[in-house]
Amino acid sequence: MTSRRLDAGGIGIDRTRPIPFTFDGRPYEGFAGDTLASALLASGADVVCSSPILGRPRGVVSAGVEEPGAFVEVRQPRFEPIVPATTVKVVDHLVAVGRPGVGALPPDGDGSGVSDHRHLHVETIVIGGGIAGLREVLRAAREGDRVLLVDERHWLGGTATEQDAVDGEPASTWIEDAAAELAATSEARVLTEATALGIYDDGYVVVYERSTPRPRVWHVRAARVVVASGAHERPIAFADDDRPGVMLASAARTYADRFGVLAGSRAVVFATNHTGHDTAIALAARGLDLAAVIDVAPAAPGSERARAVGIEVRNGWAVTGTDGDPRVSRVHAAGPGGATASFEADLLLVAGGWNPAVQLWRGINGGLRYDEPRACFLPDGTGPRWLEIVGAAAGDGLPEVTPFWFTPAQDLSRHFVDLQRDATVADVLSAVARDLRSTEHVKRATYIGTAIDQGRTSGVLTAAIVNQAWGTGPGAQGPTNARPPYTPVPFSVLAGRDRGPRLLDPARETPIHPWHTAHGAVFENVGQWKRPWYFPRPGEGLHDATERESRGVRERVGAMDASTLGKIEVVGPDAATFLDRMYTNRMSTLPVGSIRYGLMLSLDGMVFDDGVAMRLAEDRFLISTTTGGAAKVLDHLEEWLQTEWPTLRVYTTSVTEQWATVAVNGPLARDLLVSLGADVDLAAEAFPFMTWRDGEVAGMPARLARVSFSGELAYEINVEGRVGLAMWEAVMAAGGPLGVVAYGTEAMHRLRGEKGYVIVGQDTDGTVTPHDLGMSWIVRRDHTDFIGRRSLRRPDTARADRKQLVGLRPIDPEAWLPEGAQLVAPEHADDPPPVPMLGFVTSSYPRYATSPSFALGSVRGGRDLIGTRVVAPWPGGPIEAEVAPPIIYDPEGARREG
Amino acid sequence: VLLIPCPWCGPRDEIEFRYGGQAHVAYPDDPEALSDAEWAQYLFMRENPEGEWSERWVHSAGCRRWFNAVRSTITHEIRVVYRIGEEPTA
Repeated sequence: MTSRRLDAGGIGIDRTRPIPFTFDGRPYEGFAGDTLASALLASGADVVCSSPILGRPRGVVSAGVEEPGAFVEVRQPRFEPIVPATTVKVVDHLVAVGRPGVGALPPDGDGSGVSDHRHLHVETIVIGGGIAGLREVLRAAREGDRVLLVDERHWLGGTATEQDAVDGEPASTWIEDAAAELAATSEARVLTEATALGIYDDGYVVVYERSTPRPRVWHVRAARVVVASGAHERPIAFADDDRPGVMLASAARTYADRFGVLAGSRAVVFATNHTGHDTAIALAARGLDLAAVIDVAPAAPGSERARAVGIEVRNGWAVTGTDGDPRVSRVHAAGPGGATASFEADLLLVAGGWNPAVQLWRGINGGLRYDEPRACFLPDGTGPRWLEIVGAAAGDGLPEVTPFWFTPAQDLSRHFVDLQRDATVADVLSAVARDLRSTEHVKRATYIGTAIDQGRTSGVLTAAIVNQAWGTGPGAQGPTNARPPYTPVPFSVLAGRDRGPRLLDPARETPIHPWHTAHGAVFENVGQWKRPWYFPRPGEGLHDATERESRGVRERVGAMDASTLGKIEVVGPDAATFLDRMYTNRMSTLPVGSIRYGLMLSLDGMVFDDGVAMRLAEDRFLISTTTGGAAKVLDHLEEWLQTEWPTLRVYTTSVTEQWATVAVNGPLARDLLVSLGADVDLAAEAFPFMTWRDGEVAGMPARLARVSFSGELAYEINVEGRVGLAMWEAVMAAGGPLGVVAYGTEAMHRLRGEKGYVIVGQDTDGTVTPHDLGMSWIVRRDHTDFIGRRSLRRPDTARADRKQLVGLRPIDPEAWLPEGAQLVAPEHADDPPPVPMLGFVTSSYPRYATSPSFALGSVRGGRDLIGTRVVAPWPGGPIEAEVAPPIIYDPEGARREG
Repeated sequence: VLLIPCPWCGPRDEIEFRYGGQAHVAYPDDPEALSDAEWAQYLFMRENPEGEWSERWVHSAGCRRWFNAVRSTITHEIRVVYRIGEEPTA
């Protein structure tokens, strides 16, 4: 392979620092400052990858992020599944391979390691570090703004060339001075190799900085966002326009000026505007042999300048195709009156016009308009107040263009439009022939614009072909929308550091947790809480442990950590009035010292949460919520207080974590309290069911509450959180001689299931009314209002055939109905679906030696079906059950009265 | 990601807030007096305008106060926020 590196020049490379790298398994050498594309071009490597569908050889087309042809997988130093070679910086140990189409992760993970997320607040962020962007950021910094400048390239100055002048200075000097000024400004930060992935509402910009050793994602909130993203040159479609050696004209100029690389030895330029001629002149001065400039315009600006330096210019001509194997060796052209010509050339430079890089602008609702002279879509000035767009992205300095999108031909099937999708002009016209009119539809029919470049070079071209085919005029439709991320970003980078599950979602533990852990508890997650599920002894599984724990409660006494139940203090002169509106039953009639179970409904009449209310004083209630419902109940109370009844004098305060609660359940519960030592009269007459008493228990101030979720005689011992563990240990010590068992949530669930007590969220799902649960007794019928009341009279809510909570008793006592299993009528048991569904199983418990298998379920018109059978179709055979009342244990409720 | 000017705490990221839907949908004085259709109108039906409307937010990870905002459903721009019981200024 021949070296195409010029002997001198290249403002972007450091010729004193050669860097070896590996591409497709072969050794190469580049210079510090090179991109992989520039280094490969310098080495004469024409083919970078093959095309994704047709397998055609593809080379470097552009010099930037708009690249549609040359894709690589970077293996070292940090894995990237698929990126344009034009955006990969040559660094030590770079290892890359050509990768067409779709990237792939290595089976053992991408090894991309840790990334960081950082947050930044600035007055002004400028996206794009070309001349326009640098001007903007300097102006803002001089006015005292905190500023951030980001650019996706590894240099500042964008596409400014050696010959350009800025403010009367050579561009490179001006850029160096600008960078030095920013570096010396304390509130200015400049990030290169940093891509703005997207702009979001209110000046929120997410930036991916490909820094080493650790990539960073910056979350920037800016008062002002300036888009200075430049413009991308666009191609023209003609036969075999995808051949290596066909390149955007401006890219060849960048390779020569910045990297000191001549991308070929003899070139044809295909131009629609004067920049093609200027590129030809500039490259000729660097030693490129110019075969001809083919200009579609009959008399184009720039033509005479080119002719003046001895370049052949053919006005009114167009390139029709190329030959080569695989690189371009001949370029064919056609002119007025059927004239044709053929040129020997290994480089075909296309100057099809310019597309402002408006993707980020458009993504946050910046408006666009079609500009006829420049034949492109420009920002129209509409958009968020905090968003601005400047420089070439706003159209500044873009040339007038003779619109020319593709060279007419009989066969358009090798006129490639989107190289990354192997899609051609023929594909676009085929979509049009199928009556697709919108570019969004054409996109989905052809896949144009769906590759990782999101149509940066193909989008406007496709829109123009569609507009032309429908005769709707240029600019009638624009390119399809590009969405964040602007360029691909690995998920591993977005994920950031793995700080473990506790930061993502805090794990909450009760004060008694250390005892549970020390005693081998198996935990389950209930909301954020870790609750003991069961306490297995050696050799026990869930079933055996739960059976032992349940029997311990029914026959002797058990202790459960109930600290996770939500607790909210509702305080104030209007507390009782307020709670009457929130619960279906009355709380204002509750005497101080007593407890009442209550249901809360949402406005649509559906069960929202349940718990008990203790009246601590005339103006003070302590209400409990379900473990998982504490936060939403507090939200609910606060919402109604603040938005509807701000005149009610009520405060609500979450006190869940101020208390630890030991629930002591079982026929020996009172005996346990006696041996603990309680200075409260525990006699049933003095301290009846559903009352509470303050006192001292085991030497600790405690609030005892006679509530029972097991159906047994029960006391809840509530103490300050900090002594919760001490109280639990005292209970277990005092209960030892009584045979106390520690029991978990599984036994708790079974015990309550035997009583037919519902668990909100398990036996309800937001579509269940109190009447559906058979709990009409808790819905008051006086004239006073409560949340959800009116909805209970809605025709749908009052239907008789709604799903209702029932018990389900398997006919085979060994059988177990799976929770969630659907229920059908027996005559449909063996029918293939669909069959009429009657309902489903909400809770189910297996057979114990002393207690049968049973379940709860939600069944259409279920209460009328009591005594009949339903079937749960299930792999392994249908399971038959009898519909029954939900309660199977102590229906009179004598035991809990104790 | 909106920057929401809480009338009590100042501008904060959207992540600190919870959305509360259309503002000024008052709970009826006497729900029992409403027909099923009227109750359904209150319960289920909300405006869905193209342009500005008043909506409710709560600063749930901040001061926990409910407030109203006039926001454009097109641009997402919040023109003004005001406390419960107040009217928007202009």
